[in-house]
Amino acid sequence: MGASQTRSAHKYQDLVDRTGFSVEQIKNLHKRFRHLSGNEETISKENLDRIPALANNPIKKQIVDAFFDKRNQHQDEVGSFEEIGFEQFLMVMSHFRPPTLKTTEDEKEALRKEKLRFLFNMHDTDNDGTITLEEYRKVVEELLSKSGAMGLEAAKAIADAAMLEVASTNVPHMAPDDFYEGITFEHFEQILKGLEMESRMHIRFLDVDTTTMRCGKSTS
Amino acid sequence: MPSRAGPHSPAGVGKSLPERGLLLLLMVFVFLEGSVLPLGAASSPDISHKENVDNHQVAAVVHNNTKKAFPVLDLDYKHVQTPFEISLWVLLASLMKLGFHLIPRLSGIVPESCLLITVGLLVGGLIKLAGEQVPPVLDSRLFFLCLLPPIILDAGYFLPIRAFMDNLGTILMFAVVGTLWNAFFIGGLLYAVCQIQPANPNPLHTLELLPCLLFGSIVSAVDPVAVLAVFEEIHINELLHILVFGESLLNDAVTVVLYHLFEEYSGQGTVTVMDCFLGVLSFLVVALGGVLVGAIYGILAAFTSRFASHTRVIEPLFVFVYSYMAYLSAEMFHLSGIMALIACGAVMRPYVEANISHKSHTTIKYFLKMWSSVSETLIFIFLGVATVDGPHAWNWTFVTVTVILCLVARVIGVIGLTYVINQFRIVKLTTKDQFIIAYGGLRGAIAFSLGFLLDKNHFPMREMFLTAIITVIFFTVFVQGMTIKPLVELLAVKKKQEAKRSINEEIHTQFLDHLLTGIEDICGHYGHHHWKDKLNRFNKKYVKKCLIAGERSREPQLIAFYHKMEMKQAIELVESGGGVNLPSAVPSTVSMQNIQPKKPPPAKPAERALPQLPRGREEEIRNILRGNLQRTRQRLRSYNRHTLVADPYEDGFGDFLLKKQKMIELEKKIKDMNNYLTVPAAPPDSPTMCRARLASGKDSDFKPAQQQKGSKICPDPQAYRGKPDSDNVPTIHVDLASPQSPDSVNMMDEFRRAGQQQKHQQQEENQGLMMKPPSGQSGPKKPGEADSDRDQQKLTRCLSDPGPSADEDEDEPFLP
Repeated sequence: MGASQTRSAHKYQDLVDRTGFSVEQIKNLHKRFRHLSGNEETISKENLDRIPALANNPIKKQIVDAFFDKRNQHQDEVGSFEEIGFEQFLMVMSHFRPPTLKTTEDEKEALRKEKLRFLFNMHDTDNDGTITLEEYRKVVEELLSKSGAMGLEAAKAIADAAMLEVASTNVPHMAPDDFYEGITFEHFEQILKGLEMESRMHIRFLDVDTTTMRCGKSTS
Repeated sequence: MPSRAGPHSPAGVGKSLPERGLLLLLMVFVFLEGSVLPLGAASSPDISHKENVDNHQVAAVVHNNTKKAFPVLDLDYKHVQTPFEISLWVLLASLMKLGFHLIPRLSGIVPESCLLITVGLLVGGLIKLAGEQVPPVLDSRLFFLCLLPPIILDAGYFLPIRAFMDNLGTILMFAVVGTLWNAFFIGGLLYAVCQIQPANPNPLHTLELLPCLLFGSIVSAVDPVAVLAVFEEIHINELLHILVFGESLLNDAVTVVLYHLFEEYSGQGTVTVMDCFLGVLSFLVVALGGVLVGAIYGILAAFTSRFASHTRVIEPLFVFVYSYMAYLSAEMFHLSGIMALIACGAVMRPYVEANISHKSHTTIKYFLKMWSSVSETLIFIFLGVATVDGPHAWNWTFVTVTVILCLVARVIGVIGLTYVINQFRIVKLTTKDQFIIAYGGLRGAIAFSLGFLLDKNHFPMREMFLTAIITVIFFTVFVQGMTIKPLVELLAVKKKQEAKRSINEEIHTQFLDHLLTGIEDICGHYGHHHWKDKLNRFNKKYVKKCLIAGERSREPQLIAFYHKMEMKQAIELVESGGGVNLPSAVPSTVSMQNIQPKKPPPAKPAERALPQLPRGREEEIRNILRGNLQRTRQRLRSYNRHTLVADPYEDGFGDFLLKKQKMIELEKKIKDMNNYLTVPAAPPDSPTMCRARLASGKDSDFKPAQQQKGSKICPDPQAYRGKPDSDNVPTIHVDLASPQSPDSVNMMDEFRRAGQQQKHQQQEENQGLMMKPPSGQSGPKKPGEADSDRDQQKLTRCLSDPGPSADEDEDEPFLP
């Protein structure tokens, strides 16, 4: 009993170093992980699909897929897992950590890149380094999938317009016969410069003390 | 005031000197005392001086010629006095604003508000020099009922909701706790300072604690008018702007409650715990009540606008009237009128915008901007005038202590509160941010008006209060307002990005919202994003259905954004005058073709599209002409006092797209002869077009550019078809009154347009389409084309296209 506790504490410490979460946050997430997996060591797509709150999310499939994508594990692997353990779960979650006041400019830049890379990977399903028009259309279609036929009708037009915009901002002069293959990561960075991803793409992870949480909701 | 002894000396509100000059003239006329020349005329400000003289001459003439006879020309100034005076003031304000922006470089150094106050001081001084009584221009009733609402409505209607809601906690903290802190700190320390002067007998000793606190609460509130005036000019980033501005809006409730509370109790002198409790309760009622009243009126306005599609011209009125009613209703119960207006504007906007026509939207935008800017100008001028006017009681100690305390309290308040807030904020406020927030705490006319409202019987120190308030206002507006811009530059505070939101950003904003909601759900705790998502879904499911008419109620935000963007691009294109400089949306040579994955094998430019040309081209030309004819006909019969054009939004949209495309095409032609035919650079598949094409039973798949164009140009399947000429290429007689050189487009005058219309009508009657190469084309006549044969063909084709300008300038007067 005591031995297992020290072991888990040790393991947590390792995770703290690698993901940047605090021990409390990790414990909280672990509890949630256990709950989702039904006390198993690993979690499968079905487990995540069953979360009732996700049912209404138009991009549910992409979110779930992102958890099983090896590219989001900070290791140079590609492909996807069938099941993920807690460590992988935590790794994916770590993309959504907020920056702190102490974060330096360089770190912020790295953080931004990392978050953008996560998004880019969600779009770039075949991992060829570009988001092609087909892939982009798919994204917009998913995004509008909850709005019926009208959404599908418009999705293509919107994706095309968006693609055109990317092409014209990044490669301003193309001969009529040139072909813009797709959005590379550099172009992706360029077009989303204005969104300040580093300060927007984050959620609040629960610490143990929930009073902070409650106040935080009103002030965030 | 020697000459005001007559019976016609009403002590009206808002009277000013120039009018007094006229008033004197009136008296001269009525009493036939030509020798008493107006005293006031000498001191009239220059605007009305000439009028004065003229009127006087007229009066004299009439006086001489019509003794007792029937008055051919009568002068009855009193009859028009009040509206006349109001107009004069507004005119003065507008002229000042105009002049301010005409002087080069001045606007870069001095904020407008400072200059306007100076103008007010000068006008007031002139009136005073003339020995006249300065009118009580900044009367509290006038200020709160007429001048303030337009500014607040403008702010509320165009409030960046997302930024506001994201930072609501911080804003509330600053607005409520910060204002309370400021009020009590200033009031308390002021009282303390007033007590410690045992040596000399000082009137300050008689000052009690409650009046001090009242004064503190008046002087501590940051003023939205002053903040807006200064922050509009420094273009600071959205976060800081919304923090300071939001604070200035929301602290109104605190100020109202504190003001009434202290005013009530300063008569009695004692405050119990019960009173404090009631004060807190009252604060909640005032704030939430104001929001509730505003929201109710906002929903009413949205609901009303749902049915306004048949009377487009009065649509904008609903927005204004409902908001004003909200303000007045809130004021009626002493609730916070400002919060009611903000809530009303913010609630109604998304629904109203979906319901009303595009033109009404533009009208609302312009009216709000116009009213608020006139109001703002008047407020600052009046502030100057009132400064000259007011009975002042200058007390060095009191004034300096007030100014210093205001600064100190603000700084301490901001630093302390930021420390607390930063514990909870995810994006922390940096030291620079804190500095700007503290420095941006300008005081303004609301404080003055509240001070003006004080009862002299209850507050013997009223004049001293007013003087101190004015000093604080002047200090903040002049010193802080003038230095904040250089300081922002010096500190390199992040500025606002000027770029428009792109479609990609919008897609990813939405994507991010869903993503974060999803991640929160997976984490299993319900935070910010979760509740926002819930609210959005509720809004979409129920509220929108009730408040928005037609299919737009089901339109997701992304699609709505896309439509709006397309519309905007089209309008910009048309406004830019025939594609002289294309808007930034399509600045490049990249076209749809470049991103199409399954494009047909690229053909040589020469062969490309040539074979199928004559037929498709001919059709196209006919369609364009037909469009013109129809529009001409429509316009001729559709003028009506109550409707502008039959459904401008829906009809206009198709035309815009057509035009946009045509113009881009023209641009291409001019730029490059070689690929002019194959590049329809507009995003070709707008949803509207999709729908249109679906309606006409056509496939929405991608086609080679040429066919696609053909299909698009006739979005209306029922349109009248020209009798197809049996011969080869028909001749089109388009009187291109505007040659295709873009510069000349703007020079079109009504006369020529009328002529063109006539010609079109004649054509319509003849039904004969004649084509001849228009003479004035500048574009395609590029020298040095090598292959003459091909060139010739191309040229003919190019010329045969009437181009956008023909229909474009015809329609221009109706485009927003």
